[in-house]
Amino acid sequence: MEFPILSLMLAIPLAGAIACLFLGAQAARMTALLATLVNLALGILLWVNFEIGGPQWQFVERAEIFAVFSYALGIDGIALMLIMLSVFLMPICILASWDAITKRVGEYMSAFLLMEVLMIGVFAAQDLYLFYIFFEAGLIPMYLIIGVWGGDNRIYASYKFFLYTLLGSVLMLIAMMWMVNQAGTTDIPTLLNYDFDPSAQTWLWLAFFASFAVKMPMWPVHTWLPDAHVQAPTAGSVILAGVLLKLGGYGFIRFSLPMFPEASEQFAWLVYILSMVAVIYTSLVALVQNDMKKLIAYSSVAHMAIVTVGLFAFNVQGIEGAMMVMLGHGLVSGALFLCVGVIYDRLHTREIARYGGLSINMPKYALFFLLFTMASIGLPGTSNFIGEFLALAGIYKVSTLVTLVCTTGIILGAAYMLYLYRRVAFGEQKNADAAAMPDLNAREWAMLAPIAAAVLWMGVYPESFLAPMRQDIAALEARIARAAPDFDADNVIGTPREHNANYVAAAHGEEGAH
Amino acid sequence: MSYASSLYLTGAEVGLSLFGLVLLLVSAWSGPRSGRLLTVVTVAALVAAAVFSAHLFGRASGGDAVVRAFGDLYRADAFGSFAKVLIYLATAAVLVVTPRFFAQVGGYRGEYPVLMLFNAVGMGMMVSASDLMTLYIGLEMSSLSSYILASFLRQDDRSAEAGLKYFVLGALASGIILYGVSLVYGFTGTTNYEGIRAAFDTNFSTGALFGVVFVLAGLAFKVSAVPFHMWTPDVYEGAPTPVTAFFASAPKVAAMGMLLRMAMDPFAGEVDSWRQIVIFAALASIVVGALGAISQQNLKRLLAYSSINNVGFILIGLAAATPAGVAGALTYLTIYVAMVVGSFTALLMLRDPTGNNLETFADISGLSTRRPALAWSLLAVMFSLAGIPPLFGFWGKFVVFQAAVQADLVALAAIGIAASVIGAFYYLKFIKVMFFDEPMREVEASSPMGHWAVLAICVAIISPLGYLLTIPLGEWTAQAAASFVAAM
Repeated sequence: MEFPILSLMLAIPLAGAIACLFLGAQAARMTALLATLVNLALGILLWVNFEIGGPQWQFVERAEIFAVFSYALGIDGIALMLIMLSVFLMPICILASWDAITKRVGEYMSAFLLMEVLMIGVFAAQDLYLFYIFFEAGLIPMYLIIGVWGGDNRIYASYKFFLYTLLGSVLMLIAMMWMVNQAGTTDIPTLLNYDFDPSAQTWLWLAFFASFAVKMPMWPVHTWLPDAHVQAPTAGSVILAGVLLKLGGYGFIRFSLPMFPEASEQFAWLVYILSMVAVIYTSLVALVQNDMKKLIAYSSVAHMAIVTVGLFAFNVQGIEGAMMVMLGHGLVSGALFLCVGVIYDRLHTREIARYGGLSINMPKYALFFLLFTMASIGLPGTSNFIGEFLALAGIYKVSTLVTLVCTTGIILGAAYMLYLYRRVAFGEQKNADAAAMPDLNAREWAMLAPIAAAVLWMGVYPESFLAPMRQDIAALEARIARAAPDFDADNVIGTPREHNANYVAAAHGEEGAH
Repeated sequence: MSYASSLYLTGAEVGLSLFGLVLLLVSAWSGPRSGRLLTVVTVAALVAAAVFSAHLFGRASGGDAVVRAFGDLYRADAFGSFAKVLIYLATAAVLVVTPRFFAQVGGYRGEYPVLMLFNAVGMGMMVSASDLMTLYIGLEMSSLSSYILASFLRQDDRSAEAGLKYFVLGALASGIILYGVSLVYGFTGTTNYEGIRAAFDTNFSTGALFGVVFVLAGLAFKVSAVPFHMWTPDVYEGAPTPVTAFFASAPKVAAMGMLLRMAMDPFAGEVDSWRQIVIFAALASIVVGALGAISQQNLKRLLAYSSINNVGFILIGLAAATPAGVAGALTYLTIYVAMVVGSFTALLMLRDPTGNNLETFADISGLSTRRPALAWSLLAVMFSLAGIPPLFGFWGKFVVFQAAVQADLVALAAIGIAASVIGAFYYLKFIKVMFFDEPMREVEASSPMGHWAVLAICVAIISPLGYLLTIPLGEWTAQAAASFVAAM
């Protein structure tokens, strides 16, 4: 029995969460920061000890302490990367809330640590029902975070977030029960190789899609996201954009694609259409936003659409690209929300028009903001470029039309991000109070610098991140290859004609020779 | 069968009856002062009865032990014993939190615990009866004492109204059951469950079907399933809060246990005849319970709709008509009792500084800043009632839906679970009011230890720790469900 590092990563934030409930404000902050940093250290240990090219499932733990399902944990490279993303963003979230949250600090920190437990649990669960429990339980702390510490319209946003995502996932539970009844096991690795009847796959796929499409979120069920993002406190937005949106993509990779390959192929057109609409429509909506957080929220929907087309390209590039977009977007959109939070803490407004010319009085801030803006656009050298390029290269092998539309979306992405940056950082200093804001302090440096480093690292040397996932993505590709759709613009090389085009039948030739 | 064995098997009921008669004399002689003392003694007696029932459960689940008493009028099998443990413990828990309520409003007398005792005896008979006559006696014993309990606050108009309403409609339901019973008896020539089953297997006529439908309709009234639910909100709102807590817990277990046994033992051969009725009642209860609760301001009324909603989920387990379905329904009932006792205990702990009970949404706004421990407990209970994992209420829904899926009722499960999202709305409202809103009223700063103890036990069960109970709970309920299968 090896050292149960995954259980420890669940236990530490859980213990921290319980402790924070009983502590005073400052002690709770310190406890939360300590717990998340310890978990980050454990996460790094996890990554270092992860054997690339080793067994598919590593750090496996199993305990039969429940009826029907078991406490089974274990990770592959895909889960490892997403766990890393969670533990990396968590201390930054705590730092972002350090001064911004003043009421009921203990409960706030407790909710965040609980969130961390559940996110790690979702990615590490190797049992179908255990996954569902972690997946669904995340609603509770997020509901509280939005509802208690959110903005003016927080109650509406919290309800919408909760009921929308709940309705999406309950149908998935029924589908899971049917699958377990059929396959006779709740073990995810076994189910990954179980072939369900294609006619049943259709229904199962739709039930899972209902859940993951809402989480993702895909157009037209994305409307909860702008509300939730805008009303949540900064750190809440970071976690929502950084990790919670990845649950949908993870669900597609872990469940929809390998468990229902035929149905995935059958519904690929649906995913393409929804993604194309999302890329164009939400980018245009983002262009006209006055609220910074709302703009970034809509840009998340557009980026997530790139993830879905990449996943449903059914080839290695597409899936690798989708994973890289998820990781890159987790960092970049999280960082953008932090950037908004930095100036929101100073001026207490998210309205773009209230700012302007910040590069004059906040040059360091403007530099970070520029880096993340460029990363969001997908400039080469930043994380998102790798992901978007791979995802689009993958989908090009299936559909040139989808590629065309999605690439247009990236151009629109450049438009709204640059437009945002121009209005906030450049131009003249219209507002005296905005012009008087001080530049970044040490705490804000500590939040933004690590993300900036990670974004550049991922953009310059993506191999570090792709290597652990390569084998798992290859396995996934092999699994779904039998259902892969054809290339729409494939110029088929037909069988050569017997003779040249100017060939004249032999009889005529003989005749002519006379 | 010897009398000794029969008396041993009915020991809990016989003991409680004799004990109740003695207490009746004590309370008659000592006057109203003895209320508190009698309550303590009654709680002890109920716990003892629960322990004895647990002993009988262990004996019956062993396999071949004799479980029939008095010529098969009565069965102390695993099912009945399991339900009785639940009933007695729930009754005892409710009694613990009762006297303080009446200390404020007045009118607590020795009769109260005695009535609860007789009610418990009746409920014990309901779940153990294997003959229509025993069943009816148990049912009436429980119902009559419930009518009196509902109107226990004689000086309060609402309480009197609740009692009267409950009595009139309850009597109607009893009449319907009795009519159904007489039809069943007329077509089968016996009141014994085994005999009815054998007779139905040979010949199931339209008249007998009428009998079955009438019996089930009357039982649906007792469990307050839609469309026989109208009395529930009024009675729950009007009755004194501890009595409401009682109505929502133990009698639900008893009536549901009786319904499960009835449907799966004498009527087991006629599943196709009654399944559609149960499916309709289940879905209608889930939807009506959820929609009706949305606009309620009174918490007791809201919890009444919540209980209707929960009954719908339990009926899904019955609709599966399999041992897994019965086991699921029993699991749900167990968790439901913990949730409902917890929520009402928390409600009883909500008082303003002068001691008046608070029972509307406006009263609990901002509770999380005034009474954090209480608010967090209520939060756990509400998320659990909404069926959100990792709280244990999820497990109750999980097992009944799993049974439905295994029984090939996928559409029922899908519609039922989608409708449960409607219910989540008003449970969320509880949390919204307690956590998101600003405090509006002063609340009493502390509560007695007895209340805390009951609340702590309930919250511990429905917390994620409850999942550690899934294995024993699964085994116990499977053994209980096997009581019918063995008889099949």
